[in-house]
Parts: sequence; structure tokens; C-alpha cells
Amino acid sequence: MAHSKDEVLAGLAALVNDETGVPAENVVFGKSFADDLDIDSISMMTIVVNAEEEFGVKIPDDKVSELVTVDDAVNFIVSAQA
Amino acid sequence: MTTIVVTGIGATSPLGGNVRDSWEALLRKESGIRSLTEDWVQTHELPVTFAGRVKVPAVDVLERIEIKRLDPSAQLAVIAAREAWKDAGEPGDDKERILVDFATGIGGLNTLLDAWDVMKEKGARRVLPMTIPMLMPNAAAAAISMDLSTRGGARTCVSACASGTESIANAVDHLRQGIADVVICGGTESVVHPLPIAAFAAMHALSTRNDEPARASRPYDVNRDGFVLGEGAAVLILETKEHAEARGAKIYAEIAGGAVTSDAHHITAPDPEGNGAARAVLDALANAGLTPDDVNHINAHATSTPVGDIAEYTALHKVFGDRIKEIPVSATKSATGHLLGGTGALEAVFTVLAAHEKIAPPTLNLDDQDDKIPLDVVVEPRALPDNVVAISNSFGFGGHNAVVVIKSV
Repeated sequence: MAHSKDEVLAGLAALVNDETGVPAENVVFGKSFADDLDIDSISMMTIVVNAEEEFGVKIPDDKVSELVTVDDAVNFIVSAQA
Repeated sequence: MTTIVVTGIGATSPLGGNVRDSWEALLRKESGIRSLTEDWVQTHELPVTFAGRVKVPAVDVLERIEIKRLDPSAQLAVIAAREAWKDAGEPGDDKERILVDFATGIGGLNTLLDAWDVMKEKGARRVLPMTIPMLMPNAAAAAISMDLSTRGGARTCVSACASGTESIANAVDHLRQGIADVVICGGTESVVHPLPIAAFAAMHALSTRNDEPARASRPYDVNRDGFVLGEGAAVLILETKEHAEARGAKIYAEIAGGAVTSDAHHITAPDPEGNGAARAVLDALANAGLTPDDVNHINAHATSTPVGDIAEYTALHKVFGDRIKEIPVSATKSATGHLLGGTGALEAVFTVLAAHEKIAPPTLNLDDQDDKIPLDVVVEPRALPDNVVAISNSFGFGGHNAVVVIKSV
């Protein structure tokens, strides 16, 4: 079942919090993973692996570097579900 | 010769979540060995259903993120290192002169096997990127160094069940060589997992006294039938006496010397003549500028295996002759189980406290002493003389022998 944009954001925020301890409420549209949320590359890769499982999507390795902001990630996951 | 002293100790063990609780439980003759409650014991029909898990789980102590980022063996190492570091009064302003030399026998086995389970079940894409940094054997040394911001090198000592003691012997060398002002040494292990239990059981190394877990580890008893797997970590902060005194640190004891030898005999069986082990004791005493006549307490390796306990006795008799019957021997694995790479460090902490408090800790479960091992085994806490000179022995698969000499101050 496809998740709405808000559901993906909430799910992603939970994954970010679980991996890094960043409060879920800080994971909002407009934030950059590296610059605003201070998430390093290895944590980002972990979040990607967990997001693939959570949302039933495939995020190709060459796409990961393009997921700079929360918006990028949520939009990619929503479109990949379709 | 430069005098090396212990200024901080830390531990998390089957007896307690810190040094004080572990030591007091030991003196009360408590056992840290219990039946395992995990489902996998039944699922895999394990022949051994008990072990010595840490009394205070790491999840109750560390932040959730630390638990996620560290293998259980490194989690326990960090807990013990923080205690020891604080106990020592956070010594040394120059972090580049603080060295970590830390031991593990096996490393991040839980991480490795869990990741393999995930890969088999869900495929390669589900394997987490932190898998390698968590499973590598140097992870515990690295975690301590990063946690305490020490930059004088983070070395890993791996020699199976001799690792923890070897790390302490290494620390003495580092300080005498002058390459550090402070060394954080010790060891950790956390491999209470069905695979190592099955593997140790396959070699008939483990006790199978499933109906009486607390009575299973019984060094020197005629009915001993193998060792009991334990987990935990212990850390000692060592520094030169000069450095410790200059900063007004409290001093528990001296590590007067240490030595390491190898049997070149058999991958798992001890040399029945005990030559390598005897040489390790003699070399450690020589390294300390002492002789066998000076020793008045022994914390033995004493794993409770039928063969190992006798081999160690043979080695001790070789060194001490008939005087061995007069030296109080403590076999603390009877209470803690065998912490593998962490065991020598925990026993060194107990021996440091024995020297500091002038009390030899008890050995549990010695109901019927093997007449082939006529040692003076301490079965109730016993007073030691003011000038304690103790040895703590560890021996490991691979024919590794390590001994440290601990002296009261």
C-alpha cells in the first residue's frame, strides 16, 4: 500500500531519530540531512537501507547522493512507491 | 626500574555493573551464573543452557545511539572504561600521551552473526553500513579512545583467553618505554550467542551442569566438567608512579611486572608439563625484580576444565615447589564464569583489590578437592599480609600464557 507524503515524512523522521537520536520533530521539509541535521554519510546509508525496507522501495546507490534534503528523500520515496 | 601503578579500575561483570558491586558480590560468595532465558536456547537445542551474562545490561547504562553503534563487546568496554577513567580522576591533560591497549578474544561476533542472518533472510541490500566498524576486533579499543578522546594510539591485543592479562603486560612495557604517561588497558568479551556455545560445547570445553548453573564452575573440584561462558569487561588505568604522584592520584597497587610466553605445543590443549606457563610466571617475576619466594597470593586461571586446572597446578608446582601448598590461591571464575578476552582484566582488578584491601577472594563450589591438585584454595575471604605480592595468570587457545605481578603499596 502506497504511503502518503505525510506518512513518508513521519516514517522517515522515525528512522532518522532511531539511527541518530535527532528528534523526529526536527526532521521537516526544508532541512538538509548533512548541513541542518548533522547526519554523517554512514548514518545516511543506514537510514537508506532501513527506508527501503520500511517503504518497500529501492533507492539506487547513485541516487543516495542526490537525497540532500528531507524534501528530496520524501519525494523520491513517494514517487518510487507509485 | 620505573614503577607502574594502578590509579583507576572499572568493570561490568556477571557479578555487578561496576567494580564495587562485583567485588562485594564476590566476597559474599555470590554466583553470576544463571540459566539463559533466550528462545534460541530451545530453538537450537543447545547442550549447554546457562552462562554468566552481565548483571547490569548495557542497554540500562548507555544511550540508545551508543547501543546501536557499538557491538555488545565494545559497549561493555566503554562502560568499564568510563568507570575506570572517572575513578582515576581523569588523568592527564596531554591526550596524545594517553594510550589504549585493549583486549578481546573474539571481537564483534554478535554483530557479524546478526548481519549474516539479515543477509540470508533479506538479501545483501539490507546489510547495514556500520557492520564492519562494529565487528572489527579493534572496535573496543577504538571506542574507548574515541569516548575519552585519547590520542596516544589505540592498540588491540588478541590472544584468546590470555588477551586481558597480555594487555596489562603490554601496558607496563609501554609505560617503561616512555611512549605514554597513562595507559588504559584491560579486556572485554560478549559472545553469549548460540554459535560459540555450540562450538565450545562441540569441543567438550563447557560444563553441562544445566540443572545447577551456579554450581557449574568449580575449579579444582573432583567433579568439575568444563568452563562456564561469561561476559563482561574490565579496565585498569596504569601510569608511572611519578606521574601519579605528581597529580596527587590515589594508588591502588603496583603492576610490578608482566610476561608473555607461548607453548608451541597444541592449538587448544595446554602443555601437560606446564613449561610455557611456568616460564611466564618466572619471567613475570623477573620482570618485576622479584622471585617465587616473594609471592603470597595467586589468582589462578583455573577455568574448571579437567585438564586445564591440572596443567596450571603442574606449572605452579614447577615454579614454587612444595611451597605452593602454602600460597593462598583464588579461582574467581567459580563466581564469574570465563570472560575469555575479558577474563584476565577482571581477575587483575580483583587481584588489585586483594592487594589493596589485603583480602583474598573466595573460590566457590569446591566441595571435594581433586587430590591431584593439592593447592591451598581460598574458599572463604581470607586476610592477606600487609605486603601482598600476587600473580594473576591467564592462558589461551593457541598456547598463549600471560602473567602479571601485582604488589600492594
